[in-house]
Amino acid sequence: MAAPALHLKGSARIGDQIIFADLDLSVQAGAWTCLLGASGVGKSTVLRLFAGLTKDIDVDGSYGASDGALEGRVALMAQDDLLLPWLSALDNVLIGARLRAQRPDWTRGEDVLARVGLRDHIAKRPGELSGGQRQRVALARTLMEDRPIVLLDEPFSALDALTRAQMQELAAELLLDRTVLLVTHDPAEAARLGHRIVIMTDAGLQDVPVPTGNVPRAVDASDVLKAQADLLNQLRIKQ
Amino acid sequence: MKGWRAGVASAAFGIAVWQGLVWATGLPKFILPPPALVFETIWASRALLAEHAVITMSEVLIGLLLGAVLGGLSAIGLAASPMARALVRPMLLFSQSIPVFALAPILTLWLGFGLGSKIAMALIIIYFPVTSSFFDALMRTNPDWLGQARIMGATPARIMWHIRIPSALPGFASGLRLAAVYAPIGAIIGEWVGSSKGLGYLMLLANGRAKTDLMFAALIVLAILTILLHAAVNKFCEKTLDRTAM
Repeated sequence: MAAPALHLKGSARIGDQIIFADLDLSVQAGAWTCLLGASGVGKSTVLRLFAGLTKDIDVDGSYGASDGALEGRVALMAQDDLLLPWLSALDNVLIGARLRAQRPDWTRGEDVLARVGLRDHIAKRPGELSGGQRQRVALARTLMEDRPIVLLDEPFSALDALTRAQMQELAAELLLDRTVLLVTHDPAEAARLGHRIVIMTDAGLQDVPVPTGNVPRAVDASDVLKAQADLLNQLRIKQ
Repeated sequence: MKGWRAGVASAAFGIAVWQGLVWATGLPKFILPPPALVFETIWASRALLAEHAVITMSEVLIGLLLGAVLGGLSAIGLAASPMARALVRPMLLFSQSIPVFALAPILTLWLGFGLGSKIAMALIIIYFPVTSSFFDALMRTNPDWLGQARIMGATPARIMWHIRIPSALPGFASGLRLAAVYAPIGAIIGEWVGSSKGLGYLMLLANGRAKTDLMFAALIVLAILTILLHAAVNKFCEKTLDRTAM
């Protein structure tokens, strides 16, 4: 699976409201790009465009993948796990195949759940799982979809600190070599996971220096902590 | 079993009020029969009451089944197609402004004195609540689930089957619970307008012959059967349909 790069150039409106103007975003192929910025600056709209959920959004400009169409090549994981409460973890992981009228691959579904550490929970419904476990199921569903482009919309922000750190490591490991665009509010998360870190403001995009080392970087590495502090300061100035 | 105790206490209270009214007003028993006489009549006429109750309950159950199926399918059709919504919904609302009583004679004319016209009455009276509560639930599917499904490449029919319908089943269940209470009303109206069998027929007959105790007996049997039906439907909904809402 060769993951493509993404680009978005232009402005977007919903009705009369301008969401963002003159944006020029490029997302590196096969790497994690972290997008930070204040609420309401249009980060989620960027994700919705790449996800193809363009209803109500008017785009003046162009966006897409470096090697062709986006359709059928994108997976989305959001803060809300979006698991169907009446299905087991396994059936939630297999829902994509069912929705496409394909034969679900149970063996692979079980494998994928095992990879996120839920081997013993495949028959449980979301209501019987903790918030962290549900987010693992959502990650498993994302892996099951096996798309080269993965859009993450604050997927770990509702989790407690320890679970969040574990999920970041798991996601970094399992989504290796895919093109990942992560929208987050958390400077620490960006400093750990970003191959590239971009702050989005009304004035446009600004690149931020990235700490050294492989993703996921250690929480306590000094340059990660430094990058985190710098990011926080920058976000404060931009507000 | 707390619910049972409350039910028994409430029934005892109702009977006490009833007996109190009989004593206070001193009305003759062909106008207001005392509870003891009515229970005596229920026991004495149990074969007669059972025979007519079986007829009424068959009308109710068949009406309920057909109403649930037709209402369910209509709701899905309406939810699936904006065209159907535009064409059919105003008509549905309009149909609700027609008193069902007014339809009973014409249904009897079309479908005859037998079960058919009563089943149709029960069906008509429950069709709207079932359709409407299921439809509303189908239109309230979490939009983020729908977005996720679209990203996955789902077709509208598959989204309907795998996401919208399961998520709307609790709404369907609340329609069915209402229907369980309404369906007997429909069947009884049908029997009043034209029949030779059923609890509604028996009530009219008893009333006409000033057998008020038998009229009350039939009424109480009907009420008890309706409560049991509601409890059974409720249980069914809890066991099956409501589970999706967890």
